[in-house]
Amino acid sequence: MSFTNATLAVFRREFSGYFATPLAYVFIIIFLLSMGTFTFYFGGFFENGRAELDSFFGFHPWLYLFLIPAISMRLWAEERKTGTIELLLTLPISLPSAVLGKFLAAWAFAGIALLLTFPMWLTVNYLGSPDNGVILASYVGSWLMAGAYLAIGSCISALTNNQVIAFVVTVVICFLWTIAGHEIVLNFFQAWAPTVIVNTISSFSFLAHFNAITQGVIDFRDIIFFGSLIALWLFATVVAVDAKRA
Amino acid sequence: MIEIEGLVRRFGPLTAVGGISLRVAKGEVLGFLGPNGAGKSTTMKMITGFLAPTEGRIVVCGHDVVEEPLEAQASIGYLPEGAPAYPDMTPLEFLQFVATVRGLKETRAKDAIDKAVVRTGLTSVLDQRIETLSKGFKRRVGLAQAILHDPPVLIMDEPTDGLDPNQKHAARSLIRGMAADKAIIISTHILEEVDAVCTRAVIIDKGRIVADGTPGELEGRAPSHKLDDVFRSLTTPDAEIKVESAS
Repeated sequence: MSFTNATLAVFRREFSGYFATPLAYVFIIIFLLSMGTFTFYFGGFFENGRAELDSFFGFHPWLYLFLIPAISMRLWAEERKTGTIELLLTLPISLPSAVLGKFLAAWAFAGIALLLTFPMWLTVNYLGSPDNGVILASYVGSWLMAGAYLAIGSCISALTNNQVIAFVVTVVICFLWTIAGHEIVLNFFQAWAPTVIVNTISSFSFLAHFNAITQGVIDFRDIIFFGSLIALWLFATVVAVDAKRA
Repeated sequence: MIEIEGLVRRFGPLTAVGGISLRVAKGEVLGFLGPNGAGKSTTMKMITGFLAPTEGRIVVCGHDVVEEPLEAQASIGYLPEGAPAYPDMTPLEFLQFVATVRGLKETRAKDAIDKAVVRTGLTSVLDQRIETLSKGFKRRVGLAQAILHDPPVLIMDEPTDGLDPNQKHAARSLIRGMAADKAIIISTHILEEVDAVCTRAVIIDKGRIVADGTPGELEGRAPSHKLDDVFRSLTTPDAEIKVESAS
């Protein structure tokens, strides 16, 4: 069985798994409600009086902080808890294809939740004439960022068989990664660390790269940033699952 | 078809399997016996490529399990301890998934599933979610999954655990019926099962083989000709005392 076919088989099983239980529907409803609440209530979508979705996308990093770990926490922790990990890893599929298949299923699921925010896009187009290029870029950026959160969560989930621990630890790590470019963090390091390190830390920030994309410019460096981050954490997931088989 | 040489597995300071060598040929049904924690499951996990051996070598159908895991795994059907299956799937969906991963396509997959379902008696629950099934049915889903691709090597960790007497009987007939062209290893606590299905019994204790022979040979070792007594005397250091006090 080829790598692609194995990945695809795992992907399909995982993806339909989301919709076999109420989990998917509950998640999507909460996702959409919180997106709407933050955009309209806290983001002042109408008060701004501008035909743009900045107030919508601006909250994505913060909402993902809690919503994405809720998807990723079960990825491996549940396999281990139910013992199906032993089944999965003794089927003739390679570990990387299992890790990738599971990740892609979660990412596709997050993508569907994100796509279902399209009434937001309809609304802003009805009210005015926004720059749809910027909106499209922002959606792509948001999905890439969701992928990075998921890859981190996948690795943490592989390290524990307790989903609550997986959730909490993922939130913390994602939080640190997100605010890495924030003044508070940088000030802390600036006091004693050389500039190179400070710059490196700030360049790791999700916020900086996501904000750059939401300006409407999809710079390939931002894509590479999220892409390599995803690859790195998925590799770490492979190592973690392998190390914690027993 | 299964060749194990000097197999060792350590977990930190603990030695779970301390040097097992074993060959299982086609047509053999090997019963793996031993007290809890003797290393039966650990050995099975290593044969199926779930756990890597600390030392030693395992070759299944000509493929080294460590060097060519996918090729070795393709020729193995495995029922892990506790018969895990995805709770959110139905047996049919689950078997379809396993068939896909096993590389069975359309009509071949359908035939294989039909056959496995009939053999394990799952027809009535095919569309019920696995988490809602009884223990016996769950075990049979695990069995169906293991025999699905008609593998030359079958490894089953307590295949009849949780089954009622009728189901146990059916499962044993199933195993006996497949034995002719396969190499099968089953682990069990039930000594009568060894008589019923196994052509060979291996008793392991503290990670080592303490007896290996046909069930008849092993029974001959105790004056009572009972496998229970052989088992007890081999796996408990002060067996004599215990046997006396029990009688």
